[in-house]
Formats: sequence, C-alpha cells, structure tokens
Amino acid sequence: MATPAPKIKFREPQIEMAHGAGGKASRRLVEGLFAPLLFGAGQGPLGDAAHIQINGTRIAMTTDSFVVNPLRFPGGSIGELAINGTVNDLAVSGARAEAIVVTYVLEAGLPTDILEAEVRAMGKAAKEAGVRIAGGDTKVVEHGKADGMYVTTTGIGRLIPGVAISPESVKPGDKILLSGPIGDHGITILLARGELDLEAEIQSDTRSVLPLVQSMVQAAGGGIRWMRDPTRGGVATSLNELARDCGCGIVLFEETIPVRDTVRGACELLGLDPLHIANEGQFLAVVAADRADAALEALRQTPGGAESVMIGEVRDEPAGSVLVTTLYGGGRLVDMLVGDPLPRIC
Amino acid sequence: MKYVDEFRAPELIGKAGEEIRRLADSKRHYRIMEVCGGHTHAIYRFGLKDLLPENVELIHGPGCPVCVLPMGRIDDGLSLTAKPEFIFAAFGDMMRVPGTHGSPLEYKARGMDVRIVYSPADALKLARLNPKKHVVFFAIGFETTAPSTALTIIRAKSEGLTNFSVFCNHVTIIPAIRAILDSPDMRLDGFVGPGHVSTVIGCRPYEWIAQEEGKPVVVSGFEPLDILQSIVMLLGQLRNGESKVENQYKRVVPWEGNRAALRAMAEVFELRPYFEWRGLGFISQSALKIRSAYGEWDSEQRFTVPGVRVTDPKAAQCGEVLKGVLKPSQCKLFGRECTPEQPVGALMVSSEGSCAAHYNYSQHKPVTIASAAAV
Repeated sequence: MATPAPKIKFREPQIEMAHGAGGKASRRLVEGLFAPLLFGAGQGPLGDAAHIQINGTRIAMTTDSFVVNPLRFPGGSIGELAINGTVNDLAVSGARAEAIVVTYVLEAGLPTDILEAEVRAMGKAAKEAGVRIAGGDTKVVEHGKADGMYVTTTGIGRLIPGVAISPESVKPGDKILLSGPIGDHGITILLARGELDLEAEIQSDTRSVLPLVQSMVQAAGGGIRWMRDPTRGGVATSLNELARDCGCGIVLFEETIPVRDTVRGACELLGLDPLHIANEGQFLAVVAADRADAALEALRQTPGGAESVMIGEVRDEPAGSVLVTTLYGGGRLVDMLVGDPLPRIC
Repeated sequence: MKYVDEFRAPELIGKAGEEIRRLADSKRHYRIMEVCGGHTHAIYRFGLKDLLPENVELIHGPGCPVCVLPMGRIDDGLSLTAKPEFIFAAFGDMMRVPGTHGSPLEYKARGMDVRIVYSPADALKLARLNPKKHVVFFAIGFETTAPSTALTIIRAKSEGLTNFSVFCNHVTIIPAIRAILDSPDMRLDGFVGPGHVSTVIGCRPYEWIAQEEGKPVVVSGFEPLDILQSIVMLLGQLRNGESKVENQYKRVVPWEGNRAALRAMAEVFELRPYFEWRGLGFISQSALKIRSAYGEWDSEQRFTVPGVRVTDPKAAQCGEVLKGVLKPSQCKLFGRECTPEQPVGALMVSSEGSCAAHYNYSQHKPVTIASAAAV
C-alpha cells in the first residue's frame, strides 16, 4: 500500500524574520513544513534535542546555528554562545554533551584576529563544559553576505541515567523552577548594537547549565518531568509550548520571577515583556510537587544556582495557556512571542 | 525600581480598589473611557479590570496612533520608498501594521530598506550616515511625539541635510474626543485623560469637556496606582455631581503644558483642513501638516504621493471598537480571522490597540486565581 503524501500545512508565501524568531511563526514553519516532509508521521512534540537509538544505546543529538550581531558583546561572544547553546540543548533534554562538530560560514574580509578570538572562545567554553570538539567544516562567502561569521554546532550526548522527561508526563500540581534572572542576554544584545543610545551595566548570561541540571537530577531524579532552556522567545514561549503539548494550564506568580533592575528598566522603556526576552544561561524545569523543594535546594547549592526560584505551578486551567498572576490578584494571559522584537540575538 | 515600584505597591493598590468600591453607587452603572492606548495596555497588563466592581466599566478610547491611521496612508508611505535609493524609517509599532500589499516588515523581507528607529533623531542620524540615500521618516503619534518630529525637522534644516524628509501622520487628540462625544451611540460618564499628550498640551484643552459636555476628566499617569487613583477621583466628582478637569499626573504634567514643545510644533506644523481617521472617518482640523517653509523636509510636498484610499474590510468592526461602542471580543473577526499575528485591523497590531491588549491578556474566560501563597 502506498504511503499517503505528507500533509503540508505551511502556506505562507515567503520567509519572514519572524519565522526564525522562535515564536509562533517558527513553530508553524517547523510543524507545517519540516516535520511532515522530513520526520514523517508519528512525530511527537518537538524537543530541544532528538533522542535516537544506535545498537541499543540511546543518545541525544542536536544542532544550532548562531547568527548573532554584534559578534562580541558584554559577557560573551558568538563562539561561547555556539558551544554553550548546544551543550544546553542537550542538557535540558536530559543528556550530557560528549562531542561537538562545528561549521563556520565566514565572510571574505573577516579579520583573522576576530576569527582567532572566536575560535579561542569556543575552545575555552568547550573545556569548561567538558565537551570534546571532534571536527568541523569551513565555508567562505562573499563580502557582505554573513555579518562577519555564522557558526553552526552539532552535538551528541549520552543520556543522564534516571531522567525520563516528556511534556506528556507533566501534571497539575507540578512545580515550575527557574535557574536565575531572565532577560539578561536579549537586553545585552539589544544594547550592544548601539542603536538605542541606552547604556546599562549588564551582561549576557551565556554559560553551560549542565552542572545545574546534573545536581538537580541527583536530587530529584524521576521527579523531573520536563526541562527547556528559554532562548529565543523567552520564558513565555517555552512555557506556552509546554502548555500546548501537555494540555494543562501554567500559572506563574509574577512577583517571584527574577528580573534584574537594568533589564526591567530597559523593558519598561522599550515596551517589552521580560518574559519574551531571550536567555542563554538559564533553564526551566517542571518537577513533581513532592520533589520540588529538594530540586530547588540542590540548584541553590550548586555554584551559579543561588538565584534559582520556584516561579509557578501546573494547574488544570487555563488549559493550554500560560497565566501570570499580577501582584494584585489580577491575572493576564501571556502568549508566545509574536514576530521578532529583537531580531537575531542568538 | 524607583518611580515604578512605589506606584505598583500591592497594599496601596488594594486600598485604591477599596476606595473605588466605596465611591461607586451600586445602583448606577459607570462607563469611563480611558482615551490613551498606553492606559489600555496598562489596564490589561496589570489585570486592573479584576480589581474594579462590575458596575465600573472601562471603555477603550481612540488614543492609539497606529490604530487610527488609515491603511491608505501606509500604502502611500511604502509606495514612496519602494525604490532602492530610499530608506523607510519608522517606530517599531508601525512595522507589523498591514498595508494593502503587506506590512513594512513584509516589504523589508522582499528587499526594501526598512529601519526601526526609536526617535525621529535616529532617522536623522540614518540620513547623515547614508548620504547617497533619502531617508523618509514615517511619523505617527499625537502631540506626544509631534514635538520631537518638529525639532528634528528644524535640525535638518539648520544642518542643511536634504536627504531626509518626514511623511507626516501626526494627529491631535481633542478633535478625536469631540468626534466620540458627538457620536450618537455613545454614553460616557467621564474620561481618564491622556498622560503623555498632556505633558505637551497641558490640561486646559480639556476644559470644554467638563464645562460644555458636563463630563469629568482626570489626566492620569500610567502606573497601576495612577490609573486607579484617577478612577477614584472621577467617581468622587460624579458622586458630588461635579465635572471638572483634574490632574492626577502632576509629577509629570504641568497644567499649562510644555511651552517649548508647543512652540516647536507651531513653528513647523499647521492644521490640515481635514484628515481621515480609521474607524472615525474624516475629522476636520484633526491632523498636522508641515508648513511650506519646511516643505523641503516634507515627503508629501517634495515627492508625488498617490493619495491612496482604502476602505477597511467590511467584516471588521474597527470603527465601533475604536469608539467604544463594541468590545473587542464582540467584533465578528476577533480571534478568528484577526489575531496579533495576522491582523486584519490595526487595533490588533499595536500593543496599545484594545484588540491586541484584549487578545494577548484575556482572550479566554476569566480564571479564578488562588493566591501565590498556595505554592
């Protein structure tokens, strides 16, 4: 019997910046075009990394491209992002990064010292994250075509024993943990572009979250239901995806969500919601209620995890949505990011 | 954060809510219009509606500059800059507003040079940095943003910078309020007056609303406590049978306005005989155009503009929503054909638009919220 033709739902006439911004449009593209043509039927919810089985061994695999402008910014650079981003995508899918391969797309005219600085930054970040860089590829494109350089990293990782996460396992009553203040990376990039005539003491949060994930797993093991690093689209987008995939309501308590004053100030000025701003060194976890305290305590005891907090919980209602309770007992729904308020920040 | 947190303190907010309940006569239904889109946004963002008794209803007004801009003006602006020697510069709010053939962002994806700027001065900077191109600043806004456009034009003239012009869509708030009060299907009890506009025009221009129309006006700030306190002040006036203009936003708004800003506006702009408002139709003397002395910096005087007129899609009820006759969710397209991602009407585009605010923050039925202490 012939296989039925895959159903392509993506009918938009051209690709817009929004399709790469990590919000609703990105999801439509992936689920409407890529998934039906490439993954076939029966594909479950799309996570940060794919889990595949080779000769009985389950490994996690992920890939990510970095097109950030500017290449260097307070607290980091494209090289560090490229390593940490892939290590983190594996970490939040429950895996420890083992090896990474790198593709550089370089623009003719890129000064060698800039490239060297980024290669060094990658080497250092890889060493800190405990991952081996196993190979790579280089392409050069014409001047003016690649903002200096683009970097793609592809990583494989070994699953951390005792972790079984999936959005379907998330249940009402579960608690939502966050590893630290949000919005630092996105606002840093926005200010580093120098287009706003705004200055602030702030730096990107880029780092490997693997040590935090590992100590949480040790403390709460099977109680961990779901993890995600809220990069493009921010916390709001990650949690909306979860709400949609698990069918529950996600309720956040606004006063508990950590946002630095500089980030809040910039968001107030620019009319942005910190919940939509990108992060590169934080992660969200949903943990069973009876293990949540232990998980939080473990995070707080780990270096870099002191600012971890419980920001909300899973409830029956509003099913499929994210609700933020305001300081005054009022409530507002927070949707996924629509469009692209901060183009190309990771 | 200073000047923010003290206006969001839960205990003060709670007290203001109690005061509103005390002042509101339970036998009466109050319809209060917040004129400004910034207020609409704050009301939704902070869930302030949940703090008001059922008989105090907030009606969202026309004070969202993106929302009242007719589609023809967007088409005109975009057709002007659709050549490679032009740069189209506008505030971020404009970028997703649909024209007949797409939004500025969609034009950008097709190759047009479109830049987001945060002030008209940034657009002028673009002109200095790109001497071989002509930068068109697509100016929108009420009296809040008009002075900075005026000062930028004065600056361009004094610098002799000729590769810069303004496509001027500045409008004025008073004629819009008059149009709403003239609308036969409206019944309002009072106004939360615009805060930012009033920093420029002051409070005097609203006096006719209180004196001739008998409706109280309280010029309000944008923090939750500001808005609730303004409602307290309005209810107090209504209870005493008064109608006057009060200034809740004294820390920012001088009663007489900002003379320097008004001077700059008068130097550069004059009133258009009439201008089309989306949803409200043509309103006489409701918008600003650039005086001929500054004609070289006026895109409309300098280039040929087609003068496109586009009627809104029939099914969209933007006009009724804009005037406060319908609630956003009562429009036939709301949340179905018209969403923030694929907006049909402009009220769905800007975060200050009442439809987008309603969709983003409360499109579902209200949810009962247990306190955070339950965690």
